[in-house]
Amino acid sequence: MINVTARYFAAFRERAGRDRESLTTDARTAAELYAELSRKHGFADSMTRCKVAINDELAPWDVRLSAGDEVLFFPPVAGG
Amino acid sequence: MSFKITSRPIDPIELKRSLETDSAGACVTFEGWVRDHNDGAPVLALEYEAHAAIAEQEGAKIVGEALERFAVTVARCEHRVGKLAIGDCAVWVGVTSVHRGAAFDACRYIIDETKQRVPIWKKEHYRDGQSGWVNCATRADAPAAAPR
Repeated sequence: MINVTARYFAAFRERAGRDRESLTTDARTAAELYAELSRKHGFADSMTRCKVAINDELAPWDVRLSAGDEVLFFPPVAGG
Repeated sequence: MSFKITSRPIDPIELKRSLETDSAGACVTFEGWVRDHNDGAPVLALEYEAHAAIAEQEGAKIVGEALERFAVTVARCEHRVGKLAIGDCAVWVGVTSVHRGAAFDACRYIIDETKQRVPIWKKEHYRDGQSGWVNCATRADAPAAAPR
């Protein structure tokens, strides 16, 4: 188990009712953590349409999590 | 800065002036405006949110790709965040090149990639008092998924 901080943006923030939370998780990758948090908060977006950033850098979903990581969850983007 | 997130109104005239170079024979600009409807629903206002640092990083990458792929002289993009009213300019792209073809292509590339890749989100406020995040399946008012 590791401790990480999850941060939520836009639709994810409203859905989770908070913009960040500290978690103890056995998720090994960002993808596993997203699956865990989707169950917890009811995120309905397919991971393939979302993005993740680790410590303020965009990262692939299969990136390994390390203790203390800040994991940013981005719902589907809609600029323009 | 080639790609900027701003909370202030976009000034297309000033931005266009910043593109001027003697070697350019063509200038293509694009402005994305807030319109009063989407998918048949009347829209009163829009709210844009971004992760500014990552948006500017990814946006600069897109502008860099445009400079590599197309024979353009200068390329810039600015995207506004915050609450916008109907008719406001939400995004501006400007490109100059020696000949027009490259400027059209690069301008299109920058706006298309921005819409797909840059962490910016758009919330629509509708006339009936409802609101919704564009492109998102996750809804604040939806019932929570049952734990599995």
